Parts: sequence; structure tokens; C-alpha cells
Amino acid sequence: MLVLPALFDEANKLRRLTVEVMQRLDAAGIDSALPDLPGCNESRQPLDAQSLDHWRACAMAAAAHFSATHVLTLRGGVLAAPPEMPGWNYAPVAGRQVLRSMLRARTIAAREAGREETIEALQQLGRREGVELAGWPLGAKLFAQLEDAAPQPDSAQVEIDQGTIGGGGLWLRAEPDEAPEQADTLAAAVAMGISTV
Amino acid sequence: MTELAPSRSDIDTKLRAILRDVLGLDAERVERFDGGTGLFGHLPELDSMAVAGLLTEMEDRLDIIIEDDDVDGEMLETYGGLLAFAEAKVVEN
Repeated sequence: MLVLPALFDEANKLRRLTVEVMQRLDAAGIDSALPDLPGCNESRQPLDAQSLDHWRACAMAAAAHFSATHVLTLRGGVLAAPPEMPGWNYAPVAGRQVLRSMLRARTIAAREAGREETIEALQQLGRREGVELAGWPLGAKLFAQLEDAAPQPDSAQVEIDQGTIGGGGLWLRAEPDEAPEQADTLAAAVAMGISTV
Repeated sequence: MTELAPSRSDIDTKLRAILRDVLGLDAERVERFDGGTGLFGHLPELDSMAVAGLLTEMEDRLDIIIEDDDVDGEMLETYGGLLAFAEAKVVEN
């Protein structure tokens, strides 16, 4: 199983859940691998030089490298997933929504600091030359591609929404947290699915 | 704002659920929030990224659009302020 993590700040919020799900899959006899997308987490690549195309190519390469038969994506990880690979999308989100929260975080922080910034102006800057949002330097190519990227309804993957898992989504939490029962449910849904797909 | 306790509107319920998810608090504690309960600037965990997530979630669950100009200190400072804002936005829609 190839696991594609959530993007940016949401990856931090879901770090514990992601690992817990992988541990449970392991206990169920399913091997999984969690590569860092280039520029993210511990990757040494510069984030501002990335693009969604490159992330997709890297996800495909990782799937081949680990001989993965299935993919599990978390939140925005869906945007880098090879569409023809069977698997699951946990609480998938469009790139626009990911950016919206980050753009808004920046305008709120600016306002707190007594500066006036608008989402509209930051979007234009992002498309033109890239923009740093909430500490994440996004290049123009990645920014523009994220704006248009959405989960593909005709992919070979099945959506698992938060309602199925129960409780509040951990990516919403102000502080990174854990929820072992959510990891149980998510891992069980995947493990059951893999035996029938 | 003084009507808060008795009104118990649908919006109030949804807004409390969102805050519960964002703050990771139990339902009882969020249930005790009143109009004067301090939010942004009062709860250290509610930083700009968390507030941004909160507003984006409000858009999704309340089916509203929140503009740049809508976001000010007053609306974010207390639970009452945020609820009044949400109610006004839902009506506007």
C-alpha cells in the first residue's frame, strides 16, 4: 500500500493518525510505505521548485518502487495519486480549499500585525511568482496547479469521508492530536476493502 | 447576543460543533460557551492557521462565503461575536 500524506499544515495535524493507520495495517498483514512528497516533510528538495505534475510522477515512481498494489491518500494527498491505482481517499479535498485556508491564515496574521493583505492580491501574486503561505513557500507552478486540482470522480479509488470515520477531523484541530478510534476505523475500512477489491 | 442561551438555533449548534472539532474540546465544555466567551486572542491554541481552518469549515458546514472584509477582531473575539456574524451571513445567503 502506498500512503500519500495530507499537504502542508494538515500533514502535521494528521501525522499521528497516518502512522497509527499504517501500524494497524501492518498488524493486519498489509505492508505500507509513506514517501515524503518532494519539498515536504523531511524531503531535501526546495518546496518552491515543486509542481503537482512532479508530485504525481513521484507518486507513480514510488508505487512502482514499493510494488504497491493500492494507494491510500489522506486529505490533499489525493491530488498526487495515480488515478488508475485502486485504493481509498480519506476525506479528500480540492486544492482550492487547501489554498483558501492557507491564504486566509496569512491575511489574518497580517491583520494582527497591522498590515492589510487581501486573498485576491495574494492569489495573483501566487500565480505570478509564487507566495509564502503560513510558512510554506509555494512556487507559481504549484500554486496555479493546486488552484485547479480536484479529486477525480472517475479514479479507481473509493472515498472514505469523515462521517464514516466518526468524530471531528483531526486536520481541523488547532493543535496536532491523536484519535486511536479514528485510526481503528480507517484502517479497518481499508483492510476490509483490500480483501474484496 | 443576550438571546443566545434561549435561542439554541441550528446555527448555534453547528458553530459549537465546529469549535469542538477545532479546539478538540469535549461537548460539555463547548456547550458552556456563552456570548462573552473569548476566542481569538484568548485561547492560545487558536492561532491564525486554526482560525483560517475554522472559517473555511464554517463556509462548508453553514454554506456561506466569508469575504476578506468580513474578518475583523470583533467577530473573532468572542463566541457571541462569531455567532452573530454566522447568523447574519446565513440570512444574507
